[in-house]
Amino acid sequence: MTVHRSRPHDSGTLHVTGAARYADDIPTPANTLHLAFATSAIANGSITEMDLGAVEAADGVVAVLTARDLPFDNDVSPSAHDEPLLSTGSVHYIGQPIFLVVATSHLAARKAARLGQITYAKDTPILTIEDALAAESRFEEGPRIYAKGDVEAALGSAKHRLSGSIDIGGQEHFYLEGHAALALPQDGGEMVVHASSQHPTEIQHKVAEALGCPMNAVRVEVRRMGGGFGGKESQGNALCVACAIAARLTGWPCKMRYDRDDDMMITGKRHDFRIDYDVGFDDAGRVSGVDFTQYAKCGWAQDLSLPVADRAMLHADNAYLLDHARITSHRLKTNTQSNTAFRGFGGPQGILGIERVMDHVAHHLGVDPLQVRRANYYPSAASISAKTKPTTPYGMAVTDSILHELTEALEVSSDYQARRAAVSAWNAENAVLKKGIALTPVKFGISFTLTHLNQAGALVHVYQDGSIHLNHGGTEMGQGLFTKVAQVAASVFGVSPDRVQITATDTGKVPNTSATAASSGTDLNGMAVKAACETICDRMAAHFGGEVSFANGNVTTPGGVMRFEEAVKSAYEHRVSLSATGFYATPDVAWDRIKGQGRPFFYFAYGAAVTEVVIDTLTGENRILRADILHDCGASLNPALDIGQIEGGYVQGAGWLTTEELVWDDNGALKTHAPATYKIPCASDAPDVFNVALWEGDNPADTIYRSKAVGEPPLMLGISALMALSDAIASTGTAYPALDAPATAERVLAAVKRGQR
Amino acid sequence: MVTFLLNGEIVQSRVGATDTLLDFLRERMGLTGTKEGCNEGDCGACSVIVTGADGVAQAQNACILFMPQLHGRAVRTVEGISGPNGGMHPVQQMMVDHHGSQCGFCTPGFITTMAAAHKNGATDHKDQLAGNLCRCTGYAPILRAAQAAASAAVPLWMEEDVSAIDGLPSEFVLPESSDELAAWYSQHPDATLVGGGTDVGLWVTKQLQELSQVAFLGRCADLQQITIDDTTIRIGAACTITQVLNAMRDVHPSFADMLRRYGSVQVRNAATIGGNIANGSPIGDSPPALIALGATLHLRKGDIRREILLEDFFVEYGRQDREAGEFVEAVSIPRQADTLRCYKISKRFDQDISAACGCFNIVMEGEVITSARVAFGGMAGTPKRASSVEAALQGQPATQATLDAAKACFEKDFTPMSDMRASAEYRLQVAQGMLQRFFDEKSGHMTDVLQVRA
Repeated sequence: MTVHRSRPHDSGTLHVTGAARYADDIPTPANTLHLAFATSAIANGSITEMDLGAVEAADGVVAVLTARDLPFDNDVSPSAHDEPLLSTGSVHYIGQPIFLVVATSHLAARKAARLGQITYAKDTPILTIEDALAAESRFEEGPRIYAKGDVEAALGSAKHRLSGSIDIGGQEHFYLEGHAALALPQDGGEMVVHASSQHPTEIQHKVAEALGCPMNAVRVEVRRMGGGFGGKESQGNALCVACAIAARLTGWPCKMRYDRDDDMMITGKRHDFRIDYDVGFDDAGRVSGVDFTQYAKCGWAQDLSLPVADRAMLHADNAYLLDHARITSHRLKTNTQSNTAFRGFGGPQGILGIERVMDHVAHHLGVDPLQVRRANYYPSAASISAKTKPTTPYGMAVTDSILHELTEALEVSSDYQARRAAVSAWNAENAVLKKGIALTPVKFGISFTLTHLNQAGALVHVYQDGSIHLNHGGTEMGQGLFTKVAQVAASVFGVSPDRVQITATDTGKVPNTSATAASSGTDLNGMAVKAACETICDRMAAHFGGEVSFANGNVTTPGGVMRFEEAVKSAYEHRVSLSATGFYATPDVAWDRIKGQGRPFFYFAYGAAVTEVVIDTLTGENRILRADILHDCGASLNPALDIGQIEGGYVQGAGWLTTEELVWDDNGALKTHAPATYKIPCASDAPDVFNVALWEGDNPADTIYRSKAVGEPPLMLGISALMALSDAIASTGTAYPALDAPATAERVLAAVKRGQR
Repeated sequence: MVTFLLNGEIVQSRVGATDTLLDFLRERMGLTGTKEGCNEGDCGACSVIVTGADGVAQAQNACILFMPQLHGRAVRTVEGISGPNGGMHPVQQMMVDHHGSQCGFCTPGFITTMAAAHKNGATDHKDQLAGNLCRCTGYAPILRAAQAAASAAVPLWMEEDVSAIDGLPSEFVLPESSDELAAWYSQHPDATLVGGGTDVGLWVTKQLQELSQVAFLGRCADLQQITIDDTTIRIGAACTITQVLNAMRDVHPSFADMLRRYGSVQVRNAATIGGNIANGSPIGDSPPALIALGATLHLRKGDIRREILLEDFFVEYGRQDREAGEFVEAVSIPRQADTLRCYKISKRFDQDISAACGCFNIVMEGEVITSARVAFGGMAGTPKRASSVEAALQGQPATQATLDAAKACFEKDFTPMSDMRASAEYRLQVAQGMLQRFFDEKSGHMTDVLQVRA
C-alpha cells in the first residue's frame, strides 16, 4: 500500500527548479493579446459619462470593451446572477470593473486602463456592518435563525450570565500567484481556457454563458494554482470570461493577469463578522444557554455569502454541547469587495464566537479557560449511549468526538499545566512584558452543505505498457491532492506511485465537477479514483478468471504471479478495456438550510492547539513563542503532507487574527491592497518552537482508506494564538480584555489600557 | 545595450532604461521560473542572485531591478541554481526532502534567496528569508530545509566571474564616480537618480510613470565607501543598507538591530542610504536614527558642496532642502559613546514599514540626563526631532516624574495622522511607550519581545 506513507509533493522537484508551470507561464501563441480592467473610483453611485477616447488611442490598444459590447450574458456570479463582468451603469464598490482594455502587452493594457475619463453621480456608500443594519441592506429577506431548546428560559434561569461582542476582521487570501487566465479560440467557435481556478466547471459554465454557447464548446484546464485558499473558487470567473469574450471578438488568444494591487482591490476576501453573545452558565462554567447574533459583511454581490454565513452558524457550537442555543445570522450587503470563500468558509468566525464565550466565562469565574472548555465538550464517542445521542444546535448527532482524549494527550505532550504555572511565575517577575497561554479545540464539519456538490468523478487509463494516466475533478493548489490521489491509484493497482502520471484537471475529461473546496478534494476524488481503478482491476480479474490481487508491482492470478505490466499487456491483447471512469457521491448527508435541521456533514475532523505568546504592555507588540498541535487526520494518507497542511493552516489562522488587517477609508477604498500594507506572517512569525503531531485513529466514517479531510480544520487552531493574547492581557488588569481581531499591536495595547483603567 | 551574465552565460541585450529584470526574464528570455508575486519588492517570489565584481552573492527582487543596474554584473535565476547536468543544489534537495514547497509559486524565490545565504555562509535563516512570503507552509519546513542544507558544500557552478564583461560600454548613464555624476546631473537637473531602485521601481511598476532621464549610481565606487576615523563615520550615499547595517554593528548596535528589520535582505542589498534620505519619506527608518546621532548631510551640485544638519534637510512633507541638480553625496555621524536606542513599531516585525520609529540618544551622568536627542519617523510629515520631549528630559533626574512630564510633551511635538498602519492615538501612545521602554531597559527590565523564549 502506498497510502498511509509520507511522500513528497508530486511537483516538488519542479517547484524547486522553477520548472513547474502556472497559468502565466504557459507559452503563448504569437499575437496573444493582453487584458486589463479599469475599475470604479467610487463605492456607490452611477456612471454619468464615460469618455474612452484616450484609452482607445493609447499605444498598443486593440479594443476597449464596455458592458454594451458584450455579446451575451454579462454576469460572472457563481450564485445569484448579480455580478456583471462590466458595470452596466451603476457601481457598487471601489475596484469594480468598468471597462476592459485589450492590448498588445500587459503593460500597455494596464497603462491604457488608467486613461478613461469617467464621471460619476455619487451615492452614500454602505461600508460597515452598522451602516448596513441601519439601512436594512442585506441578502435574503431577513436573518436566518437556527435554534435548539429554549434559550430564553435557559438564560433566564442561569446562575451566571454574561454578554459581549467580538469584531472579527476579514482576511485577504494572498495566494502568491495572483489570478491569471489564458483563452485560446479554437475552430468552430470552441474555446479552451487555462485558468488558475479551484472550480474549472464553474469557469466552463460562465464562459459558455458569456459566449452564448453550450458547455460542450468550452474546455477548461488547470494544472496547478499558486495557492487558492478559497480565493479561486469563484473570483477567477471575471478574468476567464473577459479573456474568452475578447478572444471571441478579436479572434486572437487573450491573456489576463491581475497586478497584485488590482487583485486585492477587485476580489473578495474572508467575511468580516461581528458576533454578539449572551450566555448563561453555572459555577463550573457549563453553559446552560447561549444566544449568538452573527453579522456577516458580505460585500456588494451575493457570491458564496449565504453558504459562508450558514457554515458560520453551523460552527457556532464548535466543540461544545449546547442544550439551549440560538444562532441568528444577518447577511449584510455593503459597498465593498464581494466577500467570498476562504479556508474554513465561515467556520472560523463561528468557532471564534464561541471560543470568545468560553474565554469570557472562564475569566468571569476566575478559572483556567481549559477547564471551562472541557466542561462543555461533546461527550466522547465511547461514552455515548445509543438512545441519547448528543446533538448540535442543528440537530445532527455528534457520535465521533475524540476531543476529551485528544485534549488530554495534548495537555501532556505540550506540558500545558506546568507551562501555565511557569507563565504565571514569569508574569509575576516581569513588569513590562507578559506571557499568555491557551489551548483551544476545533471540531469542523466535513462535506459541502449544498448537498448535491458532494460528488466527484475520475478517469483512469492504463496503457498497454503498464503506465497509468490519472485524471479527476479536483484541482491542485499546493495541498498535495494530486499526490494523495496518485497514492490511492497506486495502492489499488499495487504499484509504485511513480507509475502514475498525474494530469491537469480538464473539464473535457471529467465533467460536472464541484469546486475543490470544503476540504473535500481527497475525500471525494480519492473515492472516485478508487472506484475507477477497481473497475479496471475487476475487468482484469474477469480476464484472468477469478480472484486476482495487486501488490508490490505484481498481479497474483489463479494462473500464477506476473508483473503488473505483463498482466496489463495480457489484458490488452485479450481486448479488455483498460480505461474507466469512477464516480462517488457522499452517502448519508441530508440538510435543510432554511429549517436548519439535518445532517449537513458526513463526519467531523478534530484537533487542538496550545499557543504561548508574549506581549509588550508599553507598545502592544506581541509574538507567538511556541505552538503545540495535535490534529486528527484519521488514518492519514500521507502524514508529511497532512502535517504541512496543519503547520500552514495554523500560521495562516494566526495571521488572520494578529497582523493581517484590512483597512478601508471613509470613502470605501481599501487602503491595504499590497504586501507593503497588508501583512501576512513571514518566516520570523512562525513559532520558535512548533510541535505538530497527528492523532492516531481511523475515521469511523467510511472515507478513503479511513482518512480525514485536512485542508480547512487546522486554520482554526490559530484561534489559540488570539486566546493566548487574551490570557496575557488579562494578567495586566482586572477587566476582561474583550480583544477584537486582528489583535494588532495597536489593539493589544488598547486592551491593556482598557484593563488598567 | 546592457551586458551581464545570466546563469553563467554572457547576455547582451537592447533594453529600455526602466525595463525590469523580471519582465526581461519572463517575457524575453522565457525564463518563467522567476515569478511575479507583487511587483513591488515585498514578496520575494522574483528573487534572483546578483553578483558584482566583489563576488558577494546578493539576493535581490527582480521586479524592481532595472536592466541597466545589471550592466557588468552576474544574475542567477532559479533555472541556474541546479547544476549544468541537472544536479540539484543542496537547498533544492532539502526543500524537496523536507516538504518545503506546497503550491510552489513562492518556491523559486525561496530557492534563490536560500542559495545566496548558503553561499555566504549565513545561518540566521529567519532573517535571511524574511523577504520571501509563503502562504502555504507556515515556513516550518522551509526553515528546516535551510538548516539541513547549511553544512553542505557550495556547488562549484555557483561561482560567478564577471571579469570577462568588465568595462564594456553602455549607452545608459552609469557614472563611475561622484565627479562624473555631479557633472552629468548638473546638466540634467530634472533627471531621476536611481540608487537601488527600491522606491523608484514602484514609480514604474505601480504608478506606471515614464522616466525620461535616469542615472544609475550602482557603479559610483566612491559613493559606496564607509570610512570610520576618530571623529567621524562617513557613509557614502550609494552605500546599501546592508553595508550600513554591517558598519553599525559595533559602533551603534541598536541602529544595526533596527536596520535588520529594514525591508528584507533583498531590499537591504539594493536600497541605499542616500535614497532613504533623499526621497524625503516621513517613514524612512534611517533618518530618525541618524538625526538622533546628530548626523550631517553632505550635498553636492556640480563642484559646489555644502553641509547641513540632516534634520534641516527635511523641510516639510514632500519638500527637502535640495536644489535641482544637487544630490546627496554622503551622510556623516560624529563619533560618540554609544547611547542610542532605536525602536521600530510595525504590524509585522520583519519587512514592514514603520507605524512609528523612535530613536533615543540619551546621555546620563549618574542619575541625571545630560543630553537628549530624540527623533521620530512616522509621527509627522517628515522625520523630526521631539524637541519638547528633549527639553523636558535635559538636565533632569531620570525619575518616573521626569518621564511622565516628558511623555506629556509628545503631543506638543507631534500631531501624527491616522492611516492603515496605525491611528494617531496609537502613534502618540506608542511614542510614550518607547520613552518608557528606554528607561525601563536601563533599569534592567526585559522590554523586548524578540528576546523572549518560551
